[in-house]
Amino acid sequence: MTATLERGARAAQTPALRHRLAERGVDRQLLLLAPAVLFVVLLFLYPFFYGLQLSFAPEEGGPLGSYAAFFSDPYQRNTIWITLGLSLPAALLNVLASVPIAYRMRGSFRGKRLLTIVLVVPITLGTVLTAQGLLNFLGPAGWFNKVLLSFGVDEPVQLVGNYWGVFFSLVITGFPFAFLLILSYLSGIDPTLERAAATLGADWKARFRYITLPLLAPGLATTFCLAFVLAFSVFPSAVLVGNPAGETRVLALAAYQAAYEQYDYSLASAIAMVMGAVELLVIAVVLLWRSRLYTGSTGGKG
Amino acid sequence: MATVAPARRPIVASPGAWLVWGVVAFFLINLAGVVGSVLVSSFGTQWFGTWLPDGFTTSWYARAWQEFQLFDVVLVTLQISLLVVVISVLIGVPAAYVLARRSFPGKQLVYFAFLLPILMPPITYGIPLATVLYKYGFAGNMSGVVLANLVPSVPFVILTMTPFIEQINPSIESAARMCGAGMRALFLRVLGPLLVPGILAASILVLVRTVGMFELTFLTAGPDSQTLVVALYYSMSAAGIRAQQSVDAMAVIYTGTMLVLLVIALRYVNPTQLVARVKEAPEP
Repeated sequence: MTATLERGARAAQTPALRHRLAERGVDRQLLLLAPAVLFVVLLFLYPFFYGLQLSFAPEEGGPLGSYAAFFSDPYQRNTIWITLGLSLPAALLNVLASVPIAYRMRGSFRGKRLLTIVLVVPITLGTVLTAQGLLNFLGPAGWFNKVLLSFGVDEPVQLVGNYWGVFFSLVITGFPFAFLLILSYLSGIDPTLERAAATLGADWKARFRYITLPLLAPGLATTFCLAFVLAFSVFPSAVLVGNPAGETRVLALAAYQAAYEQYDYSLASAIAMVMGAVELLVIAVVLLWRSRLYTGSTGGKG
Repeated sequence: MATVAPARRPIVASPGAWLVWGVVAFFLINLAGVVGSVLVSSFGTQWFGTWLPDGFTTSWYARAWQEFQLFDVVLVTLQISLLVVVISVLIGVPAAYVLARRSFPGKQLVYFAFLLPILMPPITYGIPLATVLYKYGFAGNMSGVVLANLVPSVPFVILTMTPFIEQINPSIESAARMCGAGMRALFLRVLGPLLVPGILAASILVLVRTVGMFELTFLTAGPDSQTLVVALYYSMSAAGIRAQQSVDAMAVIYTGTMLVLLVIALRYVNPTQLVARVKEAPEP
């Protein structure tokens, strides 16, 4: 009885729509978000869906024609495996190599800032100088092969113009990013946790295995994702230090050639969509694994 | 203060430590080789199969400067990157403020939409984006390059500024509001000065990213709107027309620019604090 009365009273003086929205957190302040949302919609989502629609509207062969053309041609289809074959090992190596180095560099010691800067310098090189440098340094007449020859290796090792050239350029450009992120995550773990474990008699192996690694694992997953994204979109170095017609014909290159050499925008969009899908698939797998890990405070956040 | 040196990890350590430092040294030696070979080559006269070039000269820099019209290219690069920085800060910071302070229905969705451009490979959205920009007549000139480069930059500003704003005590804002400050006064006179370090850090990172961004600029640039990276790529892939050394000289100029930017950036940002705020080991 009273309940119905109350409800009637409330209906009689319903607060204005503005108030009801404000109660749920919607008010004029949200307008500050509008430019950014508009921007993402206009410049990212609209082109993305435009491309998606374009990929299903080829000039001939029905709605799935472009995808059929891509997957039925082994020369095109194999670019997926080539790209994954380059980017997965490169991202894994970058992340796994960063862990012990960052682990050694957690504390404060003399020259840490300098060493960090030196390790981060490759970010400034950019893909093109790296490519040029690799061509000069690892080429048949470069310093690397000269050193090898003077140590008694019979003939120069072929390290550019193939898989390894691109792989090295991915390591050089990708390692600093992975290292910086891992160092951040490691520095964010409260050092007193490890000291507590040490007072309980854990040696460094046990401390790493049971304290640091579980706290670091989510960060490892995130870093792997970012390193993988970086390596997956490899394009300039695949052309410059790789073998763009054969073993390093990556997805990005195939998409570029379809768009700007064959002017088949439908096929290019289709390849771009396949590229995005493959990448998101790998990331989803990694993040799924990450979601099963501990994701709380690492004690270091302020 | 302390008479005994604090117990740091000893430098002379286990074989594991030596292995790690050995790998670091090997990486750095090869890195020095990669950079050094370009540097030496850009100063060398002729270099065929010997350890060092026959003689040294600086003429390649003058030639690269003229041949590639580097002054124009550098000017265009600076204009584009500064525009991208200013616009992305203007769009990104207010959005970051809302994301840091408010909760509203659909926040997760908005956050995800801002995350996507960073997660996607540039080519995936770059090709459709270039098609759309060409359709509306933006591509092929500077506006197209700026628009394309904004796509990863705005989310980047938002994602780096959100944690920065979160750490500012909201009671400062409440105090300002109690004293009668409106939204504009709040932003210009209270939040603005507090955010300057964060905005500087984010802008320098965006600047470095934009100067180094190859794919998006490559897809949207016309002949008058090439940035340094793209011009470098064209001069490298058109090998044989230009002397190798003048391409090297150009690459050195590019890296010099980036290095200056990065050193400035590292003065403002402690790279290890990008992800989490660091709790240093307590001093004994």
